[in-house]
Amino acid sequence: MAKRGDWVKVHSIVLKAEERSSHLPEDTKKVPLEMWINGFLTEDAKLGENVEITTLSGRMVKGTLVEVNPRYTHDFGEPIPELLRIGPNLKRILEED
Amino acid sequence: MYEDVMKKRGEIVKRAVGVDYSKFEIEGVAFDYEKMMKEAAYSLDEIREIQFETQVGNTPLVELKNLTKLVRKYSPSGKGARIFLKDEAANPAGSFKDRRASVSVYHAKKKRYKGVIAATSGNYGAAVASQAAKRGLRCIVVQETFDSHHVGQPEILEKGRACEAYGAEVVQLTVGPELFYYTLKLLDETGYFDASLYTPFGIAGIETLGYEVAMQMKEREGKFPDVVLVTHAGGGNVTGTARGLRLAGANETKVVGVSVDLRGLHMASDRDFNRKSFTTGHTGFGIPFATFPDRVDVPRNAARALRYLDRYVLVTQGEVFFTTEALAQVEGMMRGPAGNTSLTAALAIAREMDEDQIIVVQETEYTGAGKLPSAQLTFAKKMGVMVKNGDPIEEDKPGEVIAIPESVEQVAVIEYPIEKLRKSYFKEIVKIYGKREYSDVEMKFMSEDTHTTFEDVKANLKEVLELW
Repeated sequence: MAKRGDWVKVHSIVLKAEERSSHLPEDTKKVPLEMWINGFLTEDAKLGENVEITTLSGRMVKGTLVEVNPRYTHDFGEPIPELLRIGPNLKRILEED
Repeated sequence: MYEDVMKKRGEIVKRAVGVDYSKFEIEGVAFDYEKMMKEAAYSLDEIREIQFETQVGNTPLVELKNLTKLVRKYSPSGKGARIFLKDEAANPAGSFKDRRASVSVYHAKKKRYKGVIAATSGNYGAAVASQAAKRGLRCIVVQETFDSHHVGQPEILEKGRACEAYGAEVVQLTVGPELFYYTLKLLDETGYFDASLYTPFGIAGIETLGYEVAMQMKEREGKFPDVVLVTHAGGGNVTGTARGLRLAGANETKVVGVSVDLRGLHMASDRDFNRKSFTTGHTGFGIPFATFPDRVDVPRNAARALRYLDRYVLVTQGEVFFTTEALAQVEGMMRGPAGNTSLTAALAIAREMDEDQIIVVQETEYTGAGKLPSAQLTFAKKMGVMVKNGDPIEEDKPGEVIAIPESVEQVAVIEYPIEKLRKSYFKEIVKIYGKREYSDVEMKFMSEDTHTTFEDVKANLKEVLELW
């Protein structure tokens, strides 16, 4: 259950596959144009319900409630073995002088 | 719905940009580019003042002595130019894009718009959001972020986070050029200013960068740089930088454009979207925007790279990751990979040049989660791209193989002849305008637009028309 005023993410379909631009590669043509926007929930609601939010620019936007307090999912990644030796190698060459 | 909005496009853009482009039209292909730049934007002095107010520009120019030393290990005797780097990451939102945003947002405020909208998956979003925050305007950034499985490109997710951190609303879309359709809808709904990347404001804002590069180098070494390397995508960075160099009097300085080679990947493909590790500064923008600049969201693009490019080279994704790692490890500067595209070319081009010559790489960008080599290569592996050590040119295959070099010696550039770009320009003109006859006025414009002679224009058009 999300409360009024919670920071949430809503989802909606902007264009169905058949409504999309005619100049698209085959793979993109087959799928809809989807959209996600974050904002403050205007009324209490459950996940999956159609809701309205107030965005950071002050717009009112409708969509399906998909996440409460949406997390940033990107990170720093893993150490990359193919990169790890670059630094030590270059430093060794510089130290040769 | 889609068609209805697209039909209103001209009307929406005119209100949202506030520039009457018809004033600059001459006939057919031709328009008065310099008049547009002069009348629509601001002078260099005004822009310096605008940027000073919001902490943009005057970034440090640093000499990369260790990288230069490494380059000289693999250069013929007497070769290996000195490499300098303009640390544009020192701008408030972390890239040279703050320069573009600063003028658009200033202008929007002056013209009493309540807010600004930018359609961009790049650093420009954070730049507009940051400048809007400084000037007290509302801001919406529209991004192409996900594929159809809701998998986000890490570099773009990070830029979305940054926009939100500066208080902007972020609209995240799946892959497709209809991003511009939705942006038009938003411009229509809100009445906000269209902070397009391609207006005279967006380009004039970069002139200070070229100007600073020239003046800082002159003050430091008593001469202008021999070569300035510029990452090339939509053409704004090349155009603004080159114009700024000229304003400073650096007329002999060569301007070299550099793009990451992503040839073979389709920019609007749902599948290809997450198989590239660079979301800007690549050939998917660099080539089409140089050959037909007016393919943009405004009637006339102020970014016209062919007017200013002396040379165009490509580098591979693996080479840029190597260079990013090298910059952090031997120069102590951790910066974002995309911003190191032109630095990568510097490692190769410096080897062709004399020791006493000077190369300036004119940008860096901020880095962090999502836009680090480790983040992007972890993601590439997850998407099935093979990451290996190897020959970065021979083994590179965009979307399939990223080959990371192990030595500076392996870093090379792929020449993309300017002549080839020019030929495509004429093909595009004939395709778009769909006519066989061109007036002298139009041909004069084309000669300026491609930095070639009137006779060359005639010959090129003749060649295209014979096959048409």
